[in-house]
Amino acid sequence: MKTSADCVIIGGGVVGTAVAYYLAKRGMTDCVIVEADYLSSGATGRCGGGIRQQWSTEANTRLAIESVKLFAGLEEELGADIEFLQGGYLVLAYTEEDERQFEKNVALQRVLGLDVQILSPADINEKVVPELNVDGVRMATYCAQDASANPFLTTQAYADAARRLGVTIELFTPVTKILTEGGRIAGVETTRGRISAPIVVNAAGSHSVPIAATAGIDLPIKPYRREILVTEPLERFFHPMIISFSFGIYFRQVKHGAVIGGYGDPAEPPGFNQTSSLKFLRTMSWKLSRLMPRLNTVKVVRQWAGLYDITPDAQPILGELDELPGFFQANGFSGHGFMICPKVAVLLAQAITGEEPDMDIERLSARRFADGRITQDRSVV
Amino acid sequence: MKEDVIICRCEDITYGEIVEAVRGGLTTTEEIKRILRCGMGPCQGRTCSRLIARIISQETGVPVAEVRFPVVRPPTRPVEIGVMAAGGPPDGNPSGGEYDED
Ligand code: FES
Repeated sequence: MKTSADCVIIGGGVVGTAVAYYLAKRGMTDCVIVEADYLSSGATGRCGGGIRQQWSTEANTRLAIESVKLFAGLEEELGADIEFLQGGYLVLAYTEEDERQFEKNVALQRVLGLDVQILSPADINEKVVPELNVDGVRMATYCAQDASANPFLTTQAYADAARRLGVTIELFTPVTKILTEGGRIAGVETTRGRISAPIVVNAAGSHSVPIAATAGIDLPIKPYRREILVTEPLERFFHPMIISFSFGIYFRQVKHGAVIGGYGDPAEPPGFNQTSSLKFLRTMSWKLSRLMPRLNTVKVVRQWAGLYDITPDAQPILGELDELPGFFQANGFSGHGFMICPKVAVLLAQAITGEEPDMDIERLSARRFADGRITQDRSVV
Repeated sequence: MKEDVIICRCEDITYGEIVEAVRGGLTTTEEIKRILRCGMGPCQGRTCSRLIARIISQETGVPVAEVRFPVVRPPTRPVEIGVMAAGGPPDGNPSGGEYDED
């Protein structure tokens, strides 16, 4: 293993591998990714793979739009199939409050150039998903350019492309300590030895917290279990990711034909628990059977859980820490890291290499918690 | 041809594809499962995991007993959504509350 590098990236998920790739592309090729387990073994490989642009704040919508542009060119750029599909997102409103919020969202999204439609329940069945049970649905918003991709293949593609540019990846190598010297970052200590580096990127999802704590840094992130299940494969019968904030569900049909989906349990306490529950299997089955009656005779083949790394405003923490120069964060993605990863990784690579980031990342800096500059997006958690 | 022998029958993955993956750096059944899908079929790897572990061992020289096996995920057997859904949600609350998809 190398003992020094220009940059060490902690975490071999989609964020860590993408940051390494965009750094190498900018000429910083002496990077080492250290991953405690194997690539996408954490939150990335456990997520649903949705890529949504329909957000309620301008900043998030812009970030998502830019990420979709990057995703759309990724297969060609990285030379690999990532199962990118623009199957759209259908967002269902069940309450008056949903409806009012969605109208505001759509007005904003259209100003930003997003092609979003408002659909009546009849429209939903006629134009988008014939088999969806729309009982109780008041309206929906639909953006045909929203998308999905395979998180494992995306991470692998970024990793392979980064390797081709000279990046080294050390798997099964947990970080045990952040090294500092004279108030600056100095590298990392791992189970397999030390790597000294003037720049360290902490992209370890929920594990970023205990890692930063070894340098006395307290990141305002809490881990929450989120469960998900997948069915046997079926011939394709719907294209979009179907979601509802008020009914609490998201599900889509992946390229291979299986239906994959989940919901967040608001009663879930924070913690590193990643076991699967019968309660989830039963509740999720009930929700799916209600929205898509044809699924009643379809079998669930597997369920699992992952961790959301949630910040107080459900926005990621991005950029260098004032208290430890050279120590960059790319964590706290709060359940939507995969979908905004490409643009976020570019912005971080720009900041690290001293380029002017082409979008404002200051609003995502850790400083916002101290200053109390927090804005909530209504379309998250 | 040995290369064309199907190792994962559920997902139609051949010996050749698995050898290529191992040579490309995937050295655990978990990693191969995620990239090639073998182990994600209806049998959940009951048929193929052992064979894949043997190929990894043969390619890397690591004893079969030390090759890492995939975590076995519930349910133990595929179960119909309609069967699990009967009786409504356990807590009687149709809304799961918050959502997110990533
Ligand atoms: S044979 Fe590989 S999953 Fe069934």
